[in-house]
Amino acid sequence: MELDPLFLSFEIAAAATIIAALVGVAVAAILANFRFPGRDLVDVLFTAPIVMPPTVLGYYVLVLLGRRSFLGHAFESLTGTSIVFTKVGAVVAAVIGALPLVVKSVRTALEETDPTLVQAARTLGATPLRAFFTIQLPLAYRGIAAALMLAFARALGDFGVTLMVAGDIPGQTQTASLAIYDAIQAHRERDAAVMIAVLTGVVIVLLYIVGKLTARERSS
Amino acid sequence: MTSAALSVRLVIEPKGDPRGLHIDVSFDVPPGVTVLFGPSGAGKSRTLASIAGLLRPHQGRVALGDEVWFDAERRIELPIHRRRVAYVFQSLALFPHMSAAENVAYGLPRDVPRDERRARALEMLTKMHVEKLADRMPRTFSGGEAQRVALARAFAMTPRAVLLDEPFSALDAELKAELLREVGEQLARDRVPTVLVTHQPAEAELLGERVVFIEKGRVSRTTSMSDAPFR
Repeated sequence: MELDPLFLSFEIAAAATIIAALVGVAVAAILANFRFPGRDLVDVLFTAPIVMPPTVLGYYVLVLLGRRSFLGHAFESLTGTSIVFTKVGAVVAAVIGALPLVVKSVRTALEETDPTLVQAARTLGATPLRAFFTIQLPLAYRGIAAALMLAFARALGDFGVTLMVAGDIPGQTQTASLAIYDAIQAHRERDAAVMIAVLTGVVIVLLYIVGKLTARERSS
Repeated sequence: MTSAALSVRLVIEPKGDPRGLHIDVSFDVPPGVTVLFGPSGAGKSRTLASIAGLLRPHQGRVALGDEVWFDAERRIELPIHRRRVAYVFQSLALFPHMSAAENVAYGLPRDVPRDERRARALEMLTKMHVEKLADRMPRTFSGGEAQRVALARAFAMTPRAVLLDEPFSALDAELKAELLREVGEQLARDRVPTVLVTHQPAEAELLGERVVFIEKGRVSRTTSMSDAPFR
Protein backbone atom coordinates (compact mmCIF):
# COMPACT_ATOMS: atom_id res chain seq x y z
CA MET A 1 0.00 0.00 0.00
CA GLU A 2 1.16 3.47 -0.96
CA LEU A 3 1.58 5.83 2.01
CA ASP A 4 3.75 8.46 0.31
CA PRO A 5 0.81 10.84 -0.27
CA LEU A 6 0.20 10.86 3.46
CA PHE A 7 3.81 11.80 4.26
CA LEU A 8 3.72 14.42 1.53
CA SER A 9 0.55 15.90 3.04
CA PHE A 10 2.16 16.23 6.47
CA GLU A 11 5.28 17.78 4.96
CA ILE A 12 3.25 20.32 2.96
CA ALA A 13 0.92 21.09 5.88
CA ALA A 14 3.90 21.70 8.19
CA ALA A 15 5.54 24.10 5.73
CA ALA A 16 2.20 25.84 5.10
CA THR A 17 1.53 26.23 8.81
CA ILE A 18 4.93 27.87 9.40
CA ILE A 19 4.36 30.33 6.56
CA ALA A 20 0.74 31.00 7.60
CA ALA A 21 1.92 31.56 11.19
CA LEU A 22 4.54 34.16 10.22
CA VAL A 23 2.31 36.03 7.78
CA GLY A 24 -0.92 35.51 9.72
CA VAL A 25 0.35 36.70 13.11
CA ALA A 26 1.83 39.81 11.51
CA VAL A 27 -1.40 40.63 9.66
CA ALA A 28 -3.53 39.88 12.74
CA ALA A 29 -1.32 42.12 14.89
CA ILE A 30 -1.72 45.01 12.45
CA LEU A 31 -5.51 44.52 12.22
CA ALA A 32 -5.85 44.23 16.00
CA ASN A 33 -3.68 47.21 16.94
CA PHE A 34 -3.91 49.82 14.20
CA ARG A 35 -6.74 51.77 12.66
CA PHE A 36 -6.02 52.84 9.10
CA PRO A 37 -7.99 53.47 5.91
CA GLY A 38 -8.69 50.20 4.14
CA ARG A 39 -8.46 48.13 7.31
CA ASP A 40 -11.83 46.48 6.68
CA LEU A 41 -10.80 45.72 3.11
CA VAL A 42 -7.61 43.99 4.29
CA ASP A 43 -9.71 42.00 6.73
CA VAL A 44 -12.09 40.91 3.94
CA LEU A 45 -9.20 39.98 1.61
CA PHE A 46 -7.62 37.72 4.22
CA THR A 47 -10.94 36.17 5.23
CA ALA A 48 -12.49 35.64 1.79
CA PRO A 49 -10.71 32.32 1.04
CA ILE A 50 -12.85 30.67 3.75
CA VAL A 51 -15.96 31.03 1.60
CA MET A 52 -14.62 31.39 -1.97
CA PRO A 53 -14.92 28.47 -4.38
CA PRO A 54 -11.53 26.67 -4.58
CA THR A 55 -11.62 26.95 -8.37
CA VAL A 56 -11.83 30.73 -8.13
CA LEU A 57 -8.94 30.84 -5.66
CA GLY A 58 -6.96 28.45 -7.81
CA TYR A 59 -7.56 30.65 -10.83
CA TYR A 60 -6.19 33.71 -9.02
CA VAL A 61 -3.10 31.81 -7.93
CA LEU A 62 -2.48 30.63 -11.49
CA VAL A 63 -2.82 34.19 -12.75
CA LEU A 64 -0.60 35.66 -10.03
CA LEU A 65 2.03 32.94 -9.71
CA GLY A 66 1.84 31.05 -13.01
CA ARG A 67 4.94 30.62 -15.17
CA ARG A 68 4.05 33.60 -17.33
CA SER A 69 3.24 35.91 -14.42
CA PHE A 70 5.82 38.37 -13.10
CA LEU A 71 6.09 36.68 -9.69
CA GLY A 72 6.12 33.18 -11.13
CA HIS A 73 8.82 34.11 -13.61
CA ALA A 74 10.92 35.84 -10.95
CA PHE A 75 10.63 32.81 -8.65
CA GLU A 76 11.64 30.45 -11.44
CA SER A 77 14.66 32.47 -12.47
CA LEU A 78 15.81 32.64 -8.84
CA THR A 79 15.27 29.02 -7.83
CA GLY A 80 15.15 27.15 -11.11
CA THR A 81 11.78 25.65 -10.28
CA SER A 82 8.31 26.92 -11.06
CA ILE A 83 5.63 27.50 -8.45
CA VAL A 84 2.70 25.90 -10.21
CA PHE A 85 2.54 22.14 -10.62
CA THR A 86 5.32 21.58 -8.11
CA LYS A 87 5.46 20.95 -4.36
CA VAL A 88 5.87 24.72 -3.91
CA GLY A 89 2.46 25.20 -5.52
CA ALA A 90 0.94 22.65 -3.16
CA VAL A 91 2.36 24.60 -0.20
CA VAL A 92 0.94 27.85 -1.62
CA ALA A 93 -2.48 26.18 -1.96
CA ALA A 94 -2.35 24.94 1.63
CA VAL A 95 -1.28 28.39 2.89
CA ILE A 96 -4.31 29.95 1.18
CA GLY A 97 -6.60 27.62 3.11
CA ALA A 98 -4.79 28.04 6.42
CA LEU A 99 -4.05 31.76 6.44
CA PRO A 100 -7.62 33.06 6.98
CA LEU A 101 -8.01 30.83 10.03
CA VAL A 102 -4.74 32.13 11.51
CA VAL A 103 -5.61 35.78 10.84
CA LYS A 104 -9.13 35.49 12.28
CA SER A 105 -8.29 33.46 15.39
CA VAL A 106 -5.05 35.27 16.25
CA ARG A 107 -6.71 38.65 15.80
CA THR A 108 -9.46 37.65 18.24
CA ALA A 109 -6.89 36.33 20.72
CA LEU A 110 -4.84 39.55 20.51
CA GLU A 111 -7.91 41.75 20.86
CA GLU A 112 -8.98 39.85 23.96
CA THR A 113 -5.78 40.72 25.85
CA ASP A 114 -6.26 43.50 28.40
CA PRO A 115 -5.24 46.79 26.70
CA THR A 116 -4.27 48.25 30.07
CA LEU A 117 -1.37 45.78 30.25
CA VAL A 118 0.05 47.03 26.97
CA GLN A 119 -0.41 50.62 28.17
CA ALA A 120 1.39 49.76 31.41
CA ALA A 121 4.28 48.32 29.40
CA ARG A 122 4.44 51.49 27.31
CA THR A 123 4.61 53.74 30.40
CA LEU A 124 7.40 51.49 31.70
CA GLY A 125 9.48 52.41 28.68
CA ALA A 126 8.58 49.68 26.19
CA THR A 127 8.41 50.58 22.49
CA PRO A 128 5.20 49.43 20.75
CA LEU A 129 7.13 46.48 19.29
CA ARG A 130 8.58 45.41 22.64
CA ALA A 131 5.15 45.71 24.30
CA PHE A 132 3.73 43.48 21.56
CA PHE A 133 6.38 40.77 21.86
CA THR A 134 6.67 40.74 25.66
CA ILE A 135 3.06 41.38 26.73
CA GLN A 136 0.37 41.00 24.07
CA LEU A 137 1.80 38.01 22.18
CA PRO A 138 2.64 35.83 25.23
CA LEU A 139 -0.75 36.55 26.80
CA ALA A 140 -2.48 35.42 23.61
CA TYR A 141 -0.45 32.20 23.30
CA ARG A 142 -3.39 29.83 23.85
CA GLY A 143 -5.39 31.43 21.08
CA ILE A 144 -2.32 31.43 18.83
CA ALA A 145 -1.58 27.76 19.52
CA ALA A 146 -5.21 26.91 18.77
CA ALA A 147 -5.08 28.92 15.55
CA LEU A 148 -1.95 27.12 14.36
CA MET A 149 -3.49 23.70 15.02
CA LEU A 150 -6.59 24.66 13.07
CA ALA A 151 -4.36 25.94 10.31
CA PHE A 152 -2.42 22.65 10.21
CA ALA A 153 -5.65 20.63 10.10
CA ARG A 154 -6.97 22.79 7.29
CA ALA A 155 -3.70 22.64 5.34
CA LEU A 156 -3.62 18.86 5.70
CA GLY A 157 -6.95 18.43 3.94
CA ASP A 158 -6.83 20.90 1.07
CA PHE A 159 -8.18 19.52 -2.19
CA GLY A 160 -9.54 22.04 -4.65
CA VAL A 161 -6.86 24.70 -4.74
CA THR A 162 -4.11 22.08 -4.62
CA LEU A 163 -5.60 20.33 -7.65
CA MET A 164 -5.84 23.58 -9.59
CA VAL A 165 -2.40 24.92 -8.71
CA ALA A 166 -0.23 21.87 -8.15
CA GLY A 167 -2.02 19.20 -10.14
CA ASP A 168 -2.16 15.58 -9.09
CA ILE A 169 1.31 14.28 -9.87
CA PRO A 170 2.07 11.05 -7.94
CA GLY A 171 5.24 11.37 -5.89
CA GLN A 172 5.39 15.13 -6.39
CA THR A 173 2.12 16.89 -5.70
CA GLN A 174 -0.29 14.06 -5.00
CA THR A 175 -1.31 14.72 -1.41
CA ALA A 176 -3.44 12.36 0.66
CA SER A 177 -6.67 14.17 -0.23
CA LEU A 178 -5.95 13.79 -3.94
CA ALA A 179 -4.76 10.20 -3.56
CA ILE A 180 -8.00 9.30 -1.72
CA TYR A 181 -10.02 10.79 -4.56
CA ASP A 182 -8.04 8.83 -7.15
CA ALA A 183 -8.33 5.60 -5.17
CA ILE A 184 -12.09 5.92 -4.76
CA GLN A 185 -12.50 6.71 -8.47
CA ALA A 186 -10.53 3.57 -9.32
CA HIS A 187 -12.50 1.42 -6.84
CA ARG A 188 -9.42 0.94 -4.67
CA GLU A 189 -11.29 1.64 -1.43
CA ARG A 190 -8.79 -0.33 0.63
CA ASP A 191 -5.94 1.95 -0.47
CA ALA A 192 -8.01 4.93 0.57
CA ALA A 193 -9.06 3.48 3.92
CA VAL A 194 -5.76 3.92 5.79
CA MET A 195 -5.32 7.50 4.61
CA ILE A 196 -8.92 8.30 5.48
CA ALA A 197 -8.46 6.84 8.96
CA VAL A 198 -5.21 8.72 9.62
CA LEU A 199 -6.56 12.08 8.38
CA THR A 200 -9.76 11.68 10.39
CA GLY A 201 -7.84 10.74 13.54
CA VAL A 202 -5.36 13.62 13.25
CA VAL A 203 -8.08 16.20 12.64
CA ILE A 204 -10.23 14.96 15.55
CA VAL A 205 -7.26 15.04 17.94
CA LEU A 206 -6.27 18.53 16.76
CA LEU A 207 -9.80 19.90 17.11
CA TYR A 208 -10.10 18.35 20.58
CA ILE A 209 -6.92 20.15 21.68
CA VAL A 210 -8.12 23.39 20.08
CA GLY A 211 -11.37 23.10 22.05
CA LYS A 212 -9.46 22.55 25.30
CA LEU A 213 -7.14 25.49 24.63
CA THR A 214 -9.88 27.97 23.80
CA ALA A 215 -12.18 26.80 26.62
CA ARG A 216 -9.45 27.42 29.19
CA GLU A 217 -8.74 30.77 27.58
CA ARG A 218 -12.37 31.82 28.03
CA SER A 219 -12.52 30.70 31.66
CA SER A 220 -9.22 32.34 32.70
CA MET B 1 16.45 64.63 43.70
CA THR B 2 14.57 67.67 42.53
CA SER B 3 13.11 68.19 39.12
CA ALA B 4 11.16 70.61 37.01
CA ALA B 5 7.41 71.14 37.27
CA LEU B 6 4.89 69.50 35.04
CA SER B 7 2.62 71.95 33.30
CA VAL B 8 -0.70 70.65 32.02
CA ARG B 9 -3.19 72.35 29.74
CA LEU B 10 -5.67 70.03 28.06
CA VAL B 11 -8.87 69.98 26.08
CA ILE B 12 -10.41 66.56 25.59
CA GLU B 13 -13.60 66.39 23.59
CA PRO B 14 -16.11 63.61 24.19
CA LYS B 15 -15.90 60.59 21.91
CA GLY B 16 -18.99 59.97 19.82
CA ASP B 17 -21.60 61.20 22.28
CA PRO B 18 -21.89 65.01 21.87
CA ARG B 19 -23.49 65.27 25.31
CA GLY B 20 -20.48 63.49 26.86
CA LEU B 21 -18.00 65.16 29.17
CA HIS B 22 -15.95 67.96 27.65
CA ILE B 23 -12.70 68.31 29.57
CA ASP B 24 -10.86 71.63 29.65
CA VAL B 25 -8.28 71.81 32.43
CA SER B 26 -5.12 73.71 33.19
CA PHE B 27 -2.84 73.27 36.20
CA ASP B 28 0.80 72.92 37.24
CA VAL B 29 2.38 70.08 39.18
CA PRO B 30 5.56 71.15 41.02
CA PRO B 31 7.82 68.49 42.57
CA GLY B 32 5.81 66.83 45.34
CA VAL B 33 2.30 65.44 45.42
CA THR B 34 -0.61 67.27 43.80
CA VAL B 35 -4.01 65.70 44.33
CA LEU B 36 -6.53 65.70 41.51
CA PHE B 37 -9.71 65.65 43.54
CA GLY B 38 -13.28 65.31 42.36
CA PRO B 39 -16.29 63.05 42.04
CA SER B 40 -16.38 60.01 39.75
CA GLY B 41 -16.86 60.97 36.12
CA ALA B 42 -15.32 64.44 36.54
CA GLY B 43 -12.57 63.65 34.00
CA LYS B 44 -9.68 62.92 36.39
CA SER B 45 -8.59 59.62 34.90
CA ARG B 46 -8.72 60.88 31.33
CA THR B 47 -6.64 63.89 32.32
CA LEU B 48 -4.06 61.55 33.85
CA ALA B 49 -4.04 59.29 30.78
CA SER B 50 -3.41 62.35 28.59
CA ILE B 51 -0.41 63.40 30.66
CA ALA B 52 1.13 59.96 30.18
CA GLY B 53 0.35 59.96 26.46
CA LEU B 54 -2.13 57.07 26.66
CA LEU B 55 -4.83 59.39 25.34
CA ARG B 56 -4.33 62.09 22.73
CA PRO B 57 -5.99 65.37 23.77
CA HIS B 58 -7.63 67.51 21.12
CA GLN B 59 -5.96 70.72 22.21
CA GLY B 60 -3.38 71.84 24.71
CA ARG B 61 0.16 71.39 25.88
CA VAL B 62 1.92 69.14 28.37
CA ALA B 63 5.51 69.86 29.36
CA LEU B 64 7.98 68.82 32.01
CA GLY B 65 10.08 71.92 32.56
CA ASP B 66 11.45 72.86 29.13
CA GLU B 67 10.75 69.47 27.59
CA VAL B 68 7.49 69.52 25.64
CA TRP B 69 5.66 66.19 25.73
CA PHE B 70 2.62 67.29 23.83
CA ASP B 71 1.72 70.43 21.93
CA ALA B 72 -1.34 70.32 19.69
CA GLU B 73 -0.45 73.54 17.85
CA ARG B 74 3.15 72.60 17.16
CA ARG B 75 2.17 68.99 16.48
CA ILE B 76 4.55 67.64 19.08
CA GLU B 77 3.82 64.32 20.68
CA LEU B 78 6.58 62.54 22.58
CA PRO B 79 5.98 58.76 22.47
CA ILE B 80 4.73 57.26 25.74
CA HIS B 81 7.84 55.17 26.29
CA ARG B 82 10.12 58.20 26.15
CA ARG B 83 8.24 60.22 28.79
CA ARG B 84 9.37 57.95 31.65
CA VAL B 85 6.30 58.48 33.80
CA ALA B 86 5.42 55.94 36.45
CA TYR B 87 1.73 55.22 36.03
CA VAL B 88 -0.09 53.16 38.62
CA PHE B 89 -3.43 52.03 37.20
CA GLN B 90 -6.60 51.54 39.20
CA SER B 91 -6.50 47.90 38.06
CA LEU B 92 -2.74 47.87 38.88
CA ALA B 93 -2.07 46.14 35.51
CA LEU B 94 0.52 43.69 36.81
CA PHE B 95 1.72 41.43 34.00
CA PRO B 96 0.05 38.08 34.84
CA HIS B 97 2.71 35.98 33.08
CA MET B 98 5.65 37.48 34.99
CA SER B 99 6.78 37.06 38.58
CA ALA B 100 6.84 40.04 40.93
CA ALA B 101 10.58 40.50 40.33
CA GLU B 102 10.13 40.33 36.55
CA ASN B 103 7.28 42.84 36.75
CA VAL B 104 9.45 45.27 38.69
CA ALA B 105 12.48 44.74 36.44
CA TYR B 106 10.42 45.39 33.29
CA GLY B 107 10.75 49.15 33.60
CA LEU B 108 14.52 49.20 34.16
CA PRO B 109 16.65 50.48 31.26
CA ARG B 110 17.40 47.69 28.77
CA ASP B 111 21.17 48.08 29.06
CA VAL B 112 21.17 47.10 32.74
CA PRO B 113 22.72 43.60 32.95
CA ARG B 114 20.54 40.68 34.07
CA ASP B 115 21.99 40.16 37.54
CA GLU B 116 21.70 43.82 38.33
CA ARG B 117 18.13 43.96 37.07
CA ARG B 118 17.16 41.27 39.53
CA ALA B 119 19.10 42.91 42.35
CA ARG B 120 17.42 46.24 41.74
CA ALA B 121 13.98 44.63 41.53
CA LEU B 122 14.58 42.82 44.83
CA GLU B 123 15.78 46.03 46.44
CA MET B 124 12.58 47.85 45.45
CA LEU B 125 10.37 44.93 46.51
CA THR B 126 12.17 44.99 49.89
CA LYS B 127 11.46 48.70 50.22
CA MET B 128 7.78 47.96 49.73
CA HIS B 129 8.02 44.98 52.16
CA VAL B 130 7.07 42.36 49.60
CA GLU B 131 10.48 40.76 48.86
CA LYS B 132 9.03 37.36 49.75
CA LEU B 133 6.81 37.60 46.65
CA ALA B 134 9.76 38.02 44.25
CA ASP B 135 9.35 34.68 42.49
CA ARG B 136 5.59 34.36 42.81
CA MET B 137 3.05 35.12 40.11
CA PRO B 138 0.50 37.96 40.45
CA ARG B 139 -2.54 35.63 40.59
CA THR B 140 -1.35 34.44 44.02
CA PHE B 141 -1.11 37.97 45.52
CA SER B 142 -3.62 39.46 47.94
CA GLY B 143 -5.05 42.89 47.10
CA GLY B 144 -2.56 44.69 49.32
CA GLU B 145 0.39 42.67 48.02
CA ALA B 146 -0.54 43.39 44.41
CA GLN B 147 -0.69 47.09 45.23
CA ARG B 148 2.77 47.03 46.78
CA VAL B 149 4.26 45.20 43.77
CA ALA B 150 2.62 47.67 41.37
CA LEU B 151 4.06 50.60 43.33
CA ALA B 152 7.49 48.93 43.47
CA ARG B 153 7.35 48.55 39.69
CA ALA B 154 6.47 52.22 39.26
CA PHE B 155 9.22 53.52 41.55
CA ALA B 156 11.93 51.14 40.26
CA MET B 157 12.07 52.86 36.87
CA THR B 158 13.29 56.12 38.50
CA PRO B 159 10.45 58.08 36.96
CA ARG B 160 10.51 61.76 36.03
CA ALA B 161 6.85 62.05 37.06
CA VAL B 162 4.50 59.77 38.98
CA LEU B 163 0.82 59.36 38.11
CA LEU B 164 -1.38 57.45 40.56
CA ASP B 165 -4.91 56.64 39.38
CA GLU B 166 -6.79 55.73 42.57
CA PRO B 167 -4.45 52.83 43.27
CA PHE B 168 -5.52 52.54 46.89
CA SER B 169 -9.28 52.43 46.38
CA ALA B 170 -9.66 48.68 46.88
CA LEU B 171 -7.80 48.47 50.22
CA ASP B 172 -9.32 48.31 53.69
CA ALA B 173 -8.67 51.28 55.97
CA GLU B 174 -5.90 49.79 58.13
CA LEU B 175 -3.84 48.46 55.20
CA LYS B 176 -4.35 51.69 53.34
CA ALA B 177 -3.04 53.93 56.13
CA GLU B 178 0.16 51.89 56.37
CA LEU B 179 0.70 51.77 52.62
CA LEU B 180 -0.04 55.47 52.20
CA ARG B 181 2.57 56.31 54.84
CA GLU B 182 5.21 54.20 53.06
CA VAL B 183 4.33 55.60 49.65
CA GLY B 184 4.48 59.08 51.15
CA GLU B 185 8.02 58.40 52.38
CA GLN B 186 9.10 57.11 48.98
CA LEU B 187 7.57 60.11 47.21
CA ALA B 188 9.25 62.48 49.66
CA ARG B 189 12.61 60.87 48.84
CA ASP B 190 12.11 61.11 45.07
CA ARG B 191 10.52 64.60 44.96
CA VAL B 192 9.31 64.31 41.39
CA PRO B 193 6.05 65.88 40.18
CA THR B 194 3.37 63.46 41.31
CA VAL B 195 -0.35 63.47 40.54
CA LEU B 196 -2.67 61.44 42.75
CA VAL B 197 -6.20 60.98 41.45
CA THR B 198 -8.71 60.29 44.19
CA HIS B 199 -12.18 61.10 45.44
CA GLN B 200 -11.35 60.20 49.05
CA PRO B 201 -10.43 63.14 51.32
CA ALA B 202 -8.42 60.93 53.71
CA GLU B 203 -6.09 59.81 50.91
CA ALA B 204 -5.71 63.35 49.67
CA GLU B 205 -4.81 64.68 53.13
CA LEU B 206 -2.28 61.95 53.86
CA LEU B 207 -0.25 62.29 50.68
CA GLY B 208 -1.04 65.62 49.09
CA GLU B 209 0.64 68.99 49.34
CA ARG B 210 -1.65 70.75 46.89
CA VAL B 211 -5.14 70.03 45.63
CA VAL B 212 -6.66 70.67 42.24
CA PHE B 213 -10.44 70.30 42.45
CA ILE B 214 -12.05 69.04 39.26
CA GLU B 215 -15.76 69.14 38.60
CA LYS B 216 -17.50 68.28 35.32
CA GLY B 217 -14.26 68.55 33.36
CA ARG B 218 -13.21 71.95 34.75
CA VAL B 219 -10.76 73.01 37.45
CA SER B 220 -12.95 74.60 40.08
CA ARG B 221 -10.21 75.50 42.57
CA THR B 222 -6.46 75.05 43.19
CA THR B 223 -5.16 75.31 46.73
CA SER B 224 -2.51 74.13 49.17
CA MET B 225 -3.54 71.17 51.32
CA SER B 226 -3.74 73.29 54.49
CA ASP B 227 -6.40 75.48 52.86
CA ALA B 228 -8.33 72.60 51.34
CA PRO B 229 -11.96 72.47 52.57
CA PHE B 230 -11.84 68.82 53.60
CA ARG B 231 -12.93 69.29 57.22
